[in-house]
Amino acid sequence: MSETKCEPVIQVDRVHKVFNPESENRVVALSDFTLAVERGEFISLIGPSGCGKSTLLRLMADLLTLQEGELKINGKLPAEARLDRDYGFVFQAATLYDWRTVSKNVQLPLEIMKYPKAEREARARELLALVELEGFEKHYPWQLSGGMQQRVAIARALVFEPTLLLMDEPFGALDEFTRERMNMELMRIWEQKDLTVIFVTHSIPEAVFLSTRIVVMSARPGRIIKIVKNEVEYPRVFASRKTQQYYETVNEVREALASAHSYEI
Amino acid sequence: MKGQIFARVLRFFQKYAPSITLAVGVLVFWEVVVTVFAIQQFLLPKPSAILTEYLNELRLFLDPAGASLLFEASGATLREAIGGFVIGCGSGIGIALLTARWTAVNQALMPFAIAANSVPIIAFAPIMNNWFGITNPFSKMAIVSIIVFFPTMINTVRGLTLIDPNQLELMHSYAASPMRIMRDLRIPNALPYIFSALRIASSLSVVGAIVGEFFGGPLWATLGDFITQEASRFNFARAWSAIIMASLIGLSMYFVVLALERWLMPWHVSFRTDSS
Ligand SMILES: Nc1ncnc2c1ncn2[C@@H]1O[C@H](COP(=O)(O)OP(=O)(O)O)[C@@H](O)[C@H]1O
Ligand SMILES: [Mg+2]
Repeated sequence: MSETKCEPVIQVDRVHKVFNPESENRVVALSDFTLAVERGEFISLIGPSGCGKSTLLRLMADLLTLQEGELKINGKLPAEARLDRDYGFVFQAATLYDWRTVSKNVQLPLEIMKYPKAEREARARELLALVELEGFEKHYPWQLSGGMQQRVAIARALVFEPTLLLMDEPFGALDEFTRERMNMELMRIWEQKDLTVIFVTHSIPEAVFLSTRIVVMSARPGRIIKIVKNEVEYPRVFASRKTQQYYETVNEVREALASAHSYEI
Repeated sequence: MKGQIFARVLRFFQKYAPSITLAVGVLVFWEVVVTVFAIQQFLLPKPSAILTEYLNELRLFLDPAGASLLFEASGATLREAIGGFVIGCGSGIGIALLTARWTAVNQALMPFAIAANSVPIIAFAPIMNNWFGITNPFSKMAIVSIIVFFPTMINTVRGLTLIDPNQLELMHSYAASPMRIMRDLRIPNALPYIFSALRIASSLSVVGAIVGEFFGGPLWATLGDFITQEASRFNFARAWSAIIMASLIGLSMYFVVLALERWLMPWHVSFRTDSS
């Protein structure tokens, strides 16, 4: 894919994050975390609860402040990247506003960025088509299923054309079948657009289906156990899950996770 | 179209049939008990006697040549209740909006507001009557507005500040300004809280106005005084017809608030229907 001549989209360098440093509930959420993400990569972060996946994502998004180490997004500090609206963020809960219709929810970032109305509506329509929700513009969030709500959240995160997508267990609350369909859709969107994705998940099959690389983490303190390069061939389609390469990668991730936990159980 | 209206009316009656049956049952029971046990009318008048008084006043009110004391008194009380409601709720919401921007001011104010909310504010009624003049309708409006102010302010502050952290993070991720967060997140989030306060305030304001009137005011000019005067003359059927008017005023204010609520937040859980 892309060459190493351009600078990485994300540069995490010896990042340390401690919550409540002074008190007795001091938690080392991330310890000596280093990772470089190239443009166009799809990185999955996988690991047990509490290993700092969300913390890392929130640091990248400037929703938490960095204390130690260096973190650059497109060569900028996270705060600058946030002000430049360099990234879109998708939470585990769809986090749609109940009082807005589907189309109005998708338009929210564009309203904040003061796009003219006609363009807002056109873009919302385009993005809703991308996530296969044409015809639902005027519905309210409660009228949609969980999977549809999460598709609206993805449309909203992409509507202002950020090149970086940060996703914190976006399909964690969905049933297995819906999750697999959402994986296919996300794959298609990632291939169609020039996107770099950081994707937090608990599901090994999901990580292997989607990612270019899988970062296996362990808890207390949160750190990298192994980075698995995913050689499953593109295009990733339904049948990709039956290939030898897929099995091998799944096992590699599983073993890395098991080794990280062996001493904790 | 006609069929649709008929269906709606039918649905309405189906929904409220139990309540209507209950109400009619209670009235009939009341009438029978008063008649059978020959209860003195000054203790408890018959519903039919109250209705007769009421219809008589209604006829005087509708007659351009006549004048209904009861309906004029009701108008005065209604004006006091609405005036106090608007002033009290308006300033409650207004102050909550102003202080929501400054968390420190807000946190300093809240304990006092909650304490003030548990004070029986109606006890201030004689003082308000002295401050603004006992015959001045504003003395009653003042009582009403103080009574409705605290619950409205407290609920509005809650609605503006009790927000899902993810929804706030979402706004931050778009680098939204505090004004934007106020307009597009805090205020819509607060609407259900505000309306639940307004619904309570709508009933409280009628109670406040009438109790304020009990402490004095122009003769027969308000429902509170109308009830006092008629009761002291043992005209209990007339006093009861005034009580009915007070209930009607309270109910209509409640339904106006409810209608406003439906109009302003059609998305809210309480108005969802299964047809989508
Ligand atoms: N705001 C916070 N204050 C204190 N501790 C926190 C906070 N956020 C996360 N933590 C702690 O940091 C650790 C990592 O949390 P998190 O990044 O949410 O893990 P993950 O997303 O991998 O499950 C956990 O032990 C969690 O309890
Ligand atoms: Mg998490």
